[in-house]
Amino acid sequence: MATPPVKVYGPALSTAVSRVLVCLLEKDVPFQLVPVSMAKLEHKKPDYIKMQPFGQVPAFQDEDITLFESRAICRYIAEKYPNKGTAGLFGTNPLVKASIDQWLEAESQSFNPPSSVLTFQLVFASRMKLKQDEALIKQNEAKLVKVLDVYENRLESSRYLAGDEFTFADLSHLPNTQYLVDKTDRAELFTSRKNVSRWWSEISTRTAWKKVVEMQNA
Amino acid sequence: MVIKVYGSMFSFATLRVLLCLAEKDIDFELITVDLASEEHKKPHMLALNPFGQVPAFEDGDLKLFESRAIARCISLTYAGKGTDLINSDPKKAAVEDVWLEVGAHKFDPAVGTLVWELCMKRFLFGQNGDEDIVNEEEKKLVSMLDVYEARLSESKYLGGDSFSLADLSHMPIIKFLMGTEVKRVFEARPHVNAWVADMLARPSCVKVFGVPAY
Repeated sequence: MATPPVKVYGPALSTAVSRVLVCLLEKDVPFQLVPVSMAKLEHKKPDYIKMQPFGQVPAFQDEDITLFESRAICRYIAEKYPNKGTAGLFGTNPLVKASIDQWLEAESQSFNPPSSVLTFQLVFASRMKLKQDEALIKQNEAKLVKVLDVYENRLESSRYLAGDEFTFADLSHLPNTQYLVDKTDRAELFTSRKNVSRWWSEISTRTAWKKVVEMQNA
Repeated sequence: MVIKVYGSMFSFATLRVLLCLAEKDIDFELITVDLASEEHKKPHMLALNPFGQVPAFEDGDLKLFESRAIARCISLTYAGKGTDLINSDPKKAAVEDVWLEVGAHKFDPAVGTLVWELCMKRFLFGQNGDEDIVNEEEKKLVSMLDVYEARLSESKYLGGDSFSLADLSHMPIIKFLMGTEVKRVFEARPHVNAWVADMLARPSCVKVFGVPAY
């Protein structure tokens, strides 16, 4: 089989990289995962910086296009392959698109910052032999609680965040939540909330995400 | 029925939506939410934005929150009216998306503390910013704008040759920072400087802010 034209650069362990991987798997788009050794600072080398000027993962190539920022990459993938794999990740009609974009921005602006800090502090800090910042953990847990309360209320009347179908708005939450539920003692933030717990259960057991988790644990 | 935006001229996110509407030549009604008295946390506003933030948006039956989602919706719904803010070529639109995300995930956080010191402290408490903190935080803006300078030496706008949502989404905070001591960081970089001047001279900027800002 010829090498797939789609290349994703970065480790599967990275939350942003895994966001792109799960999207590609949901869309049944073949890809090549190109390792980038962050320990060896490969992401700061000139060849990599040409693709991603901030020296972060992921970077993405498809034929003649190079992209970065995981949510932009995913939008491109869904737009290019509307009829492959899971349909409607970004919506097919204007009202649904608007709802998806709204909840994706909520993920991006309200959920992502505190959950990223907690993921780093509770999962990666000790792996990197860094001291945890207790004040930062407490502050961000309080922020995350408020966001999850909004989600709990939303998911009372809606099966998924944007509506009745699984969309990118839900998918975008998978990377950070997986770490918090699976690798920290803070799972109860999610599991103690009836609707959030139900939603998490549904989205995290999707085949595509399970494959990504396998890649992370390999 | 006229589009309604619930927000405040003191809110960068609200300004993002107003600039988008102005670019598209769309009339709107701004319903001012009094941030100082925490009106945005009251039940009637939580019904419009459950995160207790501004802006919220109504276009007929459509109700939305999150400024970038609102801007995207306006741009798609009214494509062909006023300025086209999303490229019709999917590859070019994807590059615009990259820089829209950069604005949200890199630029805004990098200037967050500067905005707090130079804007929010005055607005909320009538206090001046801490000079030491401003000087320290300015270094983050320098690093950020070095990347932007390199990008803008490749193309006139962030997403490519056309003005897009990627540029527009930066306008409110940049307009504010250009009125502070850190404008020197923008002015020191010729391509960034030209880009800023271009954006702040746009009719939409004049319409929303009343006078040319630069």
